[in-house]
Amino acid sequence: MSEFVSGSLTARNIHLSFGSNRVLRGIDLHVEKGSTASVIGPSGSGKSTLLRVMNRLIEPDQGDILLDGRSVLKDNPDELRRRIGMVFQQFNLFPHKTVAENVSLALRKLRGMSKEQARDEALAQLELVGLKHKADSRPANLSGGQQQRVAIARALAMKPEVMFFDEATSALDPELVKGVLALMADLAKGGMTMVVVTHEMGFSRNVSDSVTFMDAGVVVETGPPEQLFTAPRTERLKGFLSDVL
Amino acid sequence: MDIFKLLSDTFLDWKAIGEVLPKMFAVGLPNTLVLAVTSGVIGTVLGMVLALMGISRNAAARWIARIYTDVLRGLPPILTILVIGLGFGPIFRQVTGSSSPYPMAIAALSLMSAAYIGEIFRSGIQSVDKGQLEATRALGFGYGPAMRLVVVPQGVRRVLPALVNQFIALIKESSLVFMLGLLATEREIFQIGKDAASNSGNLSPYVAAAVFYLALTVPLTHFVNWIDRRLRSGRPEKKEPDEAAAVVGKGAQA
Repeated sequence: MSEFVSGSLTARNIHLSFGSNRVLRGIDLHVEKGSTASVIGPSGSGKSTLLRVMNRLIEPDQGDILLDGRSVLKDNPDELRRRIGMVFQQFNLFPHKTVAENVSLALRKLRGMSKEQARDEALAQLELVGLKHKADSRPANLSGGQQQRVAIARALAMKPEVMFFDEATSALDPELVKGVLALMADLAKGGMTMVVVTHEMGFSRNVSDSVTFMDAGVVVETGPPEQLFTAPRTERLKGFLSDVL
Repeated sequence: MDIFKLLSDTFLDWKAIGEVLPKMFAVGLPNTLVLAVTSGVIGTVLGMVLALMGISRNAAARWIARIYTDVLRGLPPILTILVIGLGFGPIFRQVTGSSSPYPMAIAALSLMSAAYIGEIFRSGIQSVDKGQLEATRALGFGYGPAMRLVVVPQGVRRVLPALVNQFIALIKESSLVFMLGLLATEREIFQIGKDAASNSGNLSPYVAAAVFYLALTVPLTHFVNWIDRRLRSGRPEKKEPDEAAAVVGKGAQA
């Protein structure tokens, strides 16, 4: 896997409420350039929302977000999102476009590439995820694992500095999970800065450089995987781990 | 047997039908097509505007679309055509000097069909999974481009059958413009049939008109069914080379 031009990402004291529901209550998260942070925690703890706040799909009520040490809250949010790739639980491929068109759409419309140029680049990205031969298929004719790999190629095509994964393997059949996790591990090794919201404790423990445990909109514990998995300090993390492991 | 004779004299007078055919082809059919196609196109454009207003984040736009749709869908077509045709016709005549009732007829048909088409588009667009918008925006597209490139095309595709049904309704409703009084060259299928029927005292020209309408609407109905099937099952996927070739590797299964 080739080298990436990645950057560090920091979230500082992020607050977000939906009406009276306080979803995020002062979240801090720091991901070093080229490292992988996994975020674990029970459903409804605010993990997925945190990702959407960090790429400003949702604007925070309070707090700051820094990409490569510089605050991005005053930037154009559309331009910020071009620098952060995102992969979703439900893949969210465009069903009315071919696999190659899924990957090349943003290259053509946002990077201003010609049709041929964008297709060549899309094919190169598809080759990286092992799906060049499916370039002219529709997403519906691919397995879940293949669809998710296309979604990863689509995000990588924009040459992002950071990649977000929002429970990227939760919707996959068990036998397809491994291939997608292996691809994510390759990206991590290749030096991509990644934030991975996941229920895959194996991935969290073996691939990520740091683990953050969230519950009810706050960070309960954060640290290296060995520390969190072998010596959890809080009752809440102990309880969570005994439920999922 | 008298009844059959009576019925066939009334409805199947071949001479009367033969006499009305040239006019049907030369005048009636083109005029009906002009009315239906023009108002279909305008109605589709206006309908898309209404649909986008209906899902807009701006409350005023949503309300305007809502009220417009409720009113125009709630009125009988004949009332709308008369009110717009007779009410705005004279103003239009003063401004443009044209006395043709067509512009006002097309306006009325367009405004009515826009209300229905707007609802069709809105339901289609809203049925698109919200993950599509989110994924497009996550790539760095703004709201407008994301809607235009990804969400709206999917929504429209889903409601194509309903849209074609609306065009069928429009072809039929175009007959109502006879209420506005048409010059000889402006008569469409229904009016031509009506004229010929009054002149001959025989209903066969109506049968001829019916055949013309059916020749337009029945193929469209089957076209709807065809799109519907196609949308359900998808385009038959072309076999990819390696899958087609894989038969070789499967061994003796037969």
